[in-house]
Amino acid sequence: MDRHPPESRPEAAADWPDRLYDLLRTHGIRQVAVVPDAGHARLIRRCLADAEMKVVPLTTEEEGIALLQGAWLGGEKGVLLMQSSGVGNCINMLSLGITHRTPMPMLVTMRGDFGEFNPAQVPMGSATQAVLEAIGALVRRADRPEDVVPTADATIRLAFNTFRPAATLIGQRVIGAKTFGKD
Amino acid sequence: MLAASGKLDRRELCRALLADRGGLLVVAGLGAPAWDITAVGDCAENFPLWGGMGGAAMIGLGLALAQPARKVLVITGDGEMLMGLGALATIAVRRPPNLSIVVQDNEHYGETGMQETHTKYGVDLVGMARAAGFPRTMLVTRPEEVPALRAAVHAGEGPLFAVAKVDAASLPLVLPPREGAYLQARFREAVLGPAAHHQL
Repeated sequence: MDRHPPESRPEAAADWPDRLYDLLRTHGIRQVAVVPDAGHARLIRRCLADAEMKVVPLTTEEEGIALLQGAWLGGEKGVLLMQSSGVGNCINMLSLGITHRTPMPMLVTMRGDFGEFNPAQVPMGSATQAVLEAIGALVRRADRPEDVVPTADATIRLAFNTFRPAATLIGQRVIGAKTFGKD
Repeated sequence: MLAASGKLDRRELCRALLADRGGLLVVAGLGAPAWDITAVGDCAENFPLWGGMGGAAMIGLGLALAQPARKVLVITGDGEMLMGLGALATIAVRRPPNLSIVVQDNEHYGETGMQETHTKYGVDLVGMARAAGFPRTMLVTRPEEVPALRAAVHAGEGPLFAVAKVDAASLPLVLPPREGAYLQARFREAVLGPAAHHQL
């Protein structure tokens, strides 16, 4: 008998990217909009290896918001993977999701959040939650590895069950701060 | 189809592209393209935008990927396209054969006081699309070229990127519905049937 509920199994913490991939499969996500991101690198690789998932590499994050709008018009579920810095690029485009009541789930890896090395990541990292909420997206945070999958699950459900943009912010404490070899 | 300026009339161009449209799904960029498709005939398979400037082509990509058996046409303006040029690269990489983008290029921002756009100074959107890797591109300036454009849109052998140079005159406003949830729900129902409202 499995004595641990799924989210508290000892291995749950370390392999959260693989479990995020499983979660996207469970929810029937078909379009995955991505930008290069170390925090999501493993999840992106898993999605690229899945023939049923249409991975769309973007030149800027706001393209992903528009892609999600089109996917939903055509009856497919999508998700946008990005860093906190990219959230700033999305804000006006998110008006599509507010105006049309479109499910737009976003999984955001945080920078400028916990032990950041790069000063340029701090302004947008500090503003990420506030600007998402200001435009009308629902925001939930995951700051422990074991919280990532259940929080992302809640975000995807909020998006598709209540028809709106919704984001999970994956804390930098979960991912680890990039130190440019200076640690 | 020619205006007094000797350039194409944008609304007549639209009418020609959408004649006998069959199952064609149409996304229109905000401003004049949205008024144009509405003037030709508002319907559930139209998705006229009121905002999201710079996103029309990418909405077309998401829709084309979701509905590979349907032809998808994005009609937008030069200013809107200039705002989302990265989408040309993104779409060229994915290469959806059923997606066409037609830019009605009047070389001005018609909704905000007729300021000139970069295309007025020679910025070549067709060249950019070709360089990005679009397998089919067209520049249309004459009425006799429009039937070939219409045929290419309906052929589904794209992705296709076309610029049609149009007259800059502002035409009478013909506004589509403004309620975004309605525009989306009617479109989804037209594409997906009643199941559109009962998924998940």
